[in-house]
Amino acid sequence: MERLGTLRRNMLRVTGAVAMSAVLALGAAACGGGDGKGGDTLNIGFMGDLSGPDSSIVIPPNKGAQLAIEQYNATNPKKKLKLVNYDTQGKENQAAALAPKAIKDDKVVAMIGPAFSGESKAADGILEKGKIPNITPSATNPDLAKQGYKYWHRLVATDAAQGAGIAEAMIKAKSPKKAYVINGKKAYSVGIGDFAFNTFKGKGLTVQRDQIDETASDFSSTVTKVKSFAPDVIFYGGYYSEGGKLLKQLRDGGVTAMFASGDGSLDAKLVEGAGAKQAENAVIGCPCFIPFGQQTDPTLVKFVADYKAKVGADPSIYSTEGYDAASAFIAAIKAGNTTGEKINDFLKTYTAKGVSKEIKWDATGELAATTIHLYQVEGGTIKWLGTSDQAKLKG
Amino acid sequence: MFNDFISQFPQSTVDGLAVGAIFALIALGYTMVYGVLRLINFAHSEIFMVGTVAGLFTISQVFDIKSPLTGFALVGMVLLLLVVAMAASGGAAVLLELVAYRPLRRRGASRLAALISAIGASFFLQEVFALQVIPKLFDRPEGRNQIGVPRIMDKDVLFSVGSMDVRTDHVLVVVAAVVMMVALDQFVTRTKVGRGIRATAQDPETAVLMGVNIDTIVRTTFLLGGAMAGVAALLYIVKFEITAYNIGFILGVKAFTAAVLGGIGNLRGALVGGFALGLIENWGAIFFGSEWKDVIAFTVLVIILMFRPTGLLGESLQQARA
Repeated sequence: MERLGTLRRNMLRVTGAVAMSAVLALGAAACGGGDGKGGDTLNIGFMGDLSGPDSSIVIPPNKGAQLAIEQYNATNPKKKLKLVNYDTQGKENQAAALAPKAIKDDKVVAMIGPAFSGESKAADGILEKGKIPNITPSATNPDLAKQGYKYWHRLVATDAAQGAGIAEAMIKAKSPKKAYVINGKKAYSVGIGDFAFNTFKGKGLTVQRDQIDETASDFSSTVTKVKSFAPDVIFYGGYYSEGGKLLKQLRDGGVTAMFASGDGSLDAKLVEGAGAKQAENAVIGCPCFIPFGQQTDPTLVKFVADYKAKVGADPSIYSTEGYDAASAFIAAIKAGNTTGEKINDFLKTYTAKGVSKEIKWDATGELAATTIHLYQVEGGTIKWLGTSDQAKLKG
Repeated sequence: MFNDFISQFPQSTVDGLAVGAIFALIALGYTMVYGVLRLINFAHSEIFMVGTVAGLFTISQVFDIKSPLTGFALVGMVLLLLVVAMAASGGAAVLLELVAYRPLRRRGASRLAALISAIGASFFLQEVFALQVIPKLFDRPEGRNQIGVPRIMDKDVLFSVGSMDVRTDHVLVVVAAVVMMVALDQFVTRTKVGRGIRATAQDPETAVLMGVNIDTIVRTTFLLGGAMAGVAALLYIVKFEITAYNIGFILGVKAFTAAVLGGIGNLRGALVGGFALGLIENWGAIFFGSEWKDVIAFTVLVIILMFRPTGLLGESLQQARA
């Protein structure tokens, strides 16, 4: 999700102030959580962009982790936990500078994060050397698993799995002959566009693609290309800010083919930008699970209620993954593991049904089974449909 | 490739004209101010932004329009928005001149000082809107996000020829832009104030000696340029239904390019330049992909300027005949 970061830099610079105050509030809560007696408290780090341009996708997992730790501390365990936040502002050099501090000064036994792929590349090696087990709730770059690290884990599927998963779900739902791929110019947008394009191609579809400039407002030339190609399905790789404008112009231009996108577009602002009518039935895939709407699973009902009570808002992107990452470390510590090495050994055999997904890691630190969740716009709101292998797409 | 061109050319032409009309209206502001003051008013893109925000405010806060209008209600609303956006942009332009340029001009500061002042004013307006105006007007804490504009006009297809659809918004944008530009052109060529503008553009000192009040002329120039940006703002929010604190930036660059392409300082040049730029961009995108739009546009600009250094029409405001 490094790209999600760079991605929204312009738009989200805004949220900096909001994020900052949220972080301060969190920090205060964290201090309150520790009981001060060093021997009885273990530190767990959380590293990511907590006040920078893309903090709106890092604060939800941070709050999820915070919730898990507060719930654990409330049970009066022998070893209490404290979540220490490391705010990288999404910058790789900050991540590289904060990682040694976390290991040497704060003596963290485990790390949640770094949140983005770029900062993961910068900090993972340091955490590996320091023997600090780390779980990223949101970094989706496929290459992260290829570094050969033993202490690295991630709780989401990669962009490759995502692009392919969404494309396959569309193929299943529509049996299309022709597909059109549109993507923005940013690295994440191009990458996920590539994966979708190759999946369509591999399945024997005729595929064309076009690239849009995120800063532009007139996408009419792209609309004309799509119209003249007359595809059965359209995949858009990119962020919601351009996605909304693009979807609106496609629909206004008379293009009715099914429209799908990835996690960069999973935001209510996609619907706002496109207009409820134009956005209807748009499909959005994400390796993340967001419990939108009414839940039936009792664990989830409880999670949503607890999260709401603590944060004052519904769980949003990567909230459940943040909660599950903290829960994995908590399980290790509960089992009596208090050093980085031991916690890491525990994670190798850890299996659990988290709030986000079934959790079991393979030797590389990737999830043994990855799931892509599909969401669809219905009546102006984004609703969860199910995992990509089961979800029935409408429209 | 050739088949693509055949099938996409008609629609690209329609879209190119529509977006070109908006470039042209904004270009008028650059070209008029340049003609009179020899100043590139870099804050003009923010003057446009002010118009879009005023229009959106009227649509969503004053009238709270939820669904597209039809008939007389639509015509009335468009006219009202036109007045609001022109007044807001025109007013902002006059204020800008008063605060950012007039004091410098009075003290005989260099043209470069005015240019820096223009860039400063541009940043100032963007930040004030991002941090104060947009959050307060629309009750949104995050002033830097884009804001969607409710749809006031259905985008129905008026007629189709082959694969080309001409929609209501295309027609509205092109017709409104051409009408406004003809009106402005007539104003500058036929009225007394217009003559004053042309005289000042030609030779400010002689114009003063001839009894032209230069402050009035400069103010009028900014007012007219701003009002045209207001028209562009209205058409923009009707067509693209979006605004943001920095919405003017890219459009400003494009409009400035259109002004240079047509011949800066030349009103009709702005029209020609705007349409030309819109068409070149959209036609180029057929062959090379949409991501090459800007590259194509600027390549063509450079080539044209090599052969016609003063732009397509060349002739500038001061040389226009009375």
